[in-house]
Amino acid sequence: MTIAVLLKQVPDTTAKITVSGGRVDQSSVAKWSTSPYDEYALEYALQLKEAGAGDLVAITCGPDRAAKMLTDAAAVGVDSMLHVVADTTEMDSKQIQSILAAAIEHCGADVVLCGKQAADTNSGSTGPGIASMMGAACVGMVSEVMVEGDSFSALRASSSGNERVSVSRPCLFAFDKASTELRRPNVKGIMMAKRKVIETVSASDLGIDMGESQVIIESHDSPPEKPPGQKFEGADSVQTVVLKLREEANVI
Amino acid sequence: MEITIIAETSGEGIHPVTEQLVGAASSLGGVITVLCPGGRGSDDASVISGVSKVISLQGDCFSSFDSGSWSTVMAPFSQGIVMASSSPSGRELGAQIASKIGVPIVQDITGIEPGYKVTRSVYSGKAVETSSLSSPCVVTLRQNAFEGASGGGSAEVVVVDNSSEVSVSVREAIAKAGERMDVSDAEIVISGGRGMGDPSNFSHLNEVADVIGAAVGASRAAVDSWDEIPHSMQVGQTGKTVNPTLYIAVGISGAIQHLAGMRSSKYIVAINKDPDAPIFGVADYGIVATWEDALPALKEELGKL
Repeated sequence: MTIAVLLKQVPDTTAKITVSGGRVDQSSVAKWSTSPYDEYALEYALQLKEAGAGDLVAITCGPDRAAKMLTDAAAVGVDSMLHVVADTTEMDSKQIQSILAAAIEHCGADVVLCGKQAADTNSGSTGPGIASMMGAACVGMVSEVMVEGDSFSALRASSSGNERVSVSRPCLFAFDKASTELRRPNVKGIMMAKRKVIETVSASDLGIDMGESQVIIESHDSPPEKPPGQKFEGADSVQTVVLKLREEANVI
Repeated sequence: MEITIIAETSGEGIHPVTEQLVGAASSLGGVITVLCPGGRGSDDASVISGVSKVISLQGDCFSSFDSGSWSTVMAPFSQGIVMASSSPSGRELGAQIASKIGVPIVQDITGIEPGYKVTRSVYSGKAVETSSLSSPCVVTLRQNAFEGASGGGSAEVVVVDNSSEVSVSVREAIAKAGERMDVSDAEIVISGGRGMGDPSNFSHLNEVADVIGAAVGASRAAVDSWDEIPHSMQVGQTGKTVNPTLYIAVGISGAIQHLAGMRSSKYIVAINKDPDAPIFGVADYGIVATWEDALPALKEELGKL
């Protein structure tokens, strides 16, 4: 029994994004991090592993630099790591999902945890798309998951609040922000992680023929500059601002 | 050309974003079919101007949300360009349908032109992506980014009773603590940050919100600091992305994580006692004042309208 957690390395939220030649300049990103929702998926994947639900493999698809993220995951307790080395920046949703679904199959995992969306592309297609390919039950907006005998119980957000749902293998959980604390690696974990070997493969090693992307990125642009706003001192200006909202902005 | 719209429902009726989906579809031209999961909102959808046909899906699997079984039933009816809302369920369902019919999906678009050229916000709002795609494909649309279609239509409603095996069983529904409007649905949002000092002070935001029919949101700092402020209120990177016509930020410094969730608001008002707070950089109207001074004045002025 194997559990897989899918991780994506993204520019840290605090990193400056520059656009050059119609594309976001990846080389100018000062700091790369694990996508925030993926960190919650990792935490709960570790909890499932500790509850005896299976061995835990961390999988990523990305360039060489993404390997560091897998080593960080090993330092908090992931058993093995698979790195599909590829440039995903121009891939469409189908291509990236085929690679990751093949990677999951390669690892023999039937329980998958991932973030609900990545902080760079902000899409949320990967988890449900993979679940469809695997024929797995798909639970999105998850903030908690636990083992219950042969099945799993999860808490997910719904339009009217939250729902507790249960699913059996094969299943996929796409994580929202959870209220749990994220664990940080200790020295022993970091030392152990250094000795673990990352399995590195290419898409073709996994038997994937991706074909051409059916979504062509025409350009990236910096967001339009907003004209500087008007700033007022003191609560007496509230009246002025409300008047402007009514007469200038016409929004109230 | 065919366009299939996945209706976004709210309770037993239709969510207003469905009218925006039809509005966007009409701007492209084509024959518009609306799919109503569980049959919810079928009658509402049939009177939206521009809709040719409504398919009311009444299979047993639609009694609770399971994107796997729903998409199995819906995929054969998903023709041409498939449009859904970029709500959490719309994204999940859209991605499953795209996978089942073997086409790509582009999520959370804010613009679409014939041809098809779509625009969307990426990198936490720090860049805009323009891409081209061809039919068939699936796109999800950001709420409030498109003009809604008007009423006055009279489409035929076709009932389909297909179901599929359900693999996600709902054991317990846990209702929301409050009955306030969701920040994603509101035209006006007023949010508080850690500058509010204490969670009990959010009652002052509620009072202003009640005057103008606004939803109340919060920054991550407020949600993380105070158990009384639930994550469902959080606006920003690990919370909700909102796109209201007016966003009022009170006692929020304006960390990049917060800006990622609200910078596309049409108008932004910031109230903060620190004149150098980064929130003033994105505000159309900034008021340098404490919330204790500004909120009672705001409530009074808005009450006069």
